Amino acid sequence: MTIPSDLRYTKTHEWARREADGTVTVGITHHAQDLLGDMVYVENPAVGRKVAAGEECAVVESVKAASDVYAPVAGEVVAVNEEVAASPERINKDPYGAWMFRLRPVDPGEFDRLLDAQAYQAVVESEAH
Amino acid sequence: MLKTTALNAAHRTLGAKMVDFSGWEMPLAYGSQIEEHHRVRRDVGMFDVSHMLVIDLQGEGSRAFLRWLLANNVDRLQLPGKAMYSCMLNEQGGVLDDLIVYFMAEDWFRVVVNAGTAEKDLAWMMRQRDAHAPGVVIEPRRDLAIIAVQGPNARERVWLAKPELRAATESLKPFQAAQVDEWFVGRTGYTGEDGFEIILPAAHAEDFWWLLYRLGVNPAGLGARDTLRLEAGMNLYGQDMDETTTPLESGLAWTVDLKSPRDFVGKAALEEQRPRRNLYGLILLDPGVLRSHQRVLTAHGEGETTSGSFAPTLNRSIAFARLPIEVQVGDLVQVAVRDKLLSAKVVKYPFVRNGRSLID
Repeated sequence: MTIPSDLRYTKTHEWARREADGTVTVGITHHAQDLLGDMVYVENPAVGRKVAAGEECAVVESVKAASDVYAPVAGEVVAVNEEVAASPERINKDPYGAWMFRLRPVDPGEFDRLLDAQAYQAVVESEAH
Repeated sequence: MLKTTALNAAHRTLGAKMVDFSGWEMPLAYGSQIEEHHRVRRDVGMFDVSHMLVIDLQGEGSRAFLRWLLANNVDRLQLPGKAMYSCMLNEQGGVLDDLIVYFMAEDWFRVVVNAGTAEKDLAWMMRQRDAHAPGVVIEPRRDLAIIAVQGPNARERVWLAKPELRAATESLKPFQAAQVDEWFVGRTGYTGEDGFEIILPAAHAEDFWWLLYRLGVNPAGLGARDTLRLEAGMNLYGQDMDETTTPLESGLAWTVDLKSPRDFVGKAALEEQRPRRNLYGLILLDPGVLRSHQRVLTAHGEGETTSGSFAPTLNRSIAFARLPIEVQVGDLVQVAVRDKLLSAKVVKYPFVRNGRSLID
């Protein structure tokens, strides 16, 4: 399953998951890691930083290239995944397990307006042509 | 429409991610490029480099022609089979291309040039030939493929695949080549490891590739080729030097012969040049990855990275940078990476040779 149906997505290839406590967990999609190749560096945002929706807030670097990661929703960074920063290759092995950071959204409704799996599939397919 | 090599179908069968490289559709990686890199350092890997162009020079005037055409001195090649790395310069001393030239016989020299510059090189060589050596025949060999088999076990694996090559190639030293029937085997490469570059009829390339594959030689793509050559301290044309830079500014002074009395294209310009900058190695001390075209701040002024990447063998990032010549090995410099200044140390390269780190 390269686009799990229980997650939401952005056009810029982040995935987002709403947790029981209302926070939103963010990572990059299978498609994004496949385009970038072997990951070697992750730069996460500082905990406590407030970000706007669509704001650059993290960087992933593969051997090939650096790529910005954007906040899917506006909010405050409440946690970052240190394990992924220590072992960036986890993003290649398990992109939906290797989350990067967690946001407490300003507007809980914003999550619902992200792309669903079907809409994201269409984004991926349109890029392939 | 991208050009394809004789191995295009094989790359697709192997699931390679294909990219446009100088107008050629070439494999970037077949899976993890880091694993491909490690396999070459530790065991063996094979590369399709058929996009590079083989050019044969024939005729008695070939040596005299190359004496004029190349910045390195072809008279260093006296033993048949011997090869040499050289730049080909314009009149201003700028680098038109870098190449390997093999001396096979007084009336046969073989040159291998980069894919992206091949047509320009050919036109230049023909123009120089017409003016200086009209008797020399210049023959581009698009009928040939090139497979580089590289790594500590590369030669053994090639002999296992094609035993008839062993007798003629066992005694080859680095930078020597032998012709066996239609096959041309050079003990050269672009990885810092032992191995062969095998130039063969394109029609035989696919069979040989799959034969090697069945013997456990895994394919490696252009991604691994780039990190291997960077660790090995080898320049990449178009990135580390081009027509706007001379070899003296590109860490390639050792490939230029200014001592002998012979004249060559670009010599006068080089003799007048007082280079203010040169190529240095950098090791990143902070977390992150160096890339090309990043600003470098030194105590003697600014410079710029020309190639940068993650170095799998060293598990850290390295780069080449063109810096003021006052910079010394051991200096600490800063590299502008996005909105930050990261610390890096100036080091001598190569960074890695024959599987081993030469740093620290």
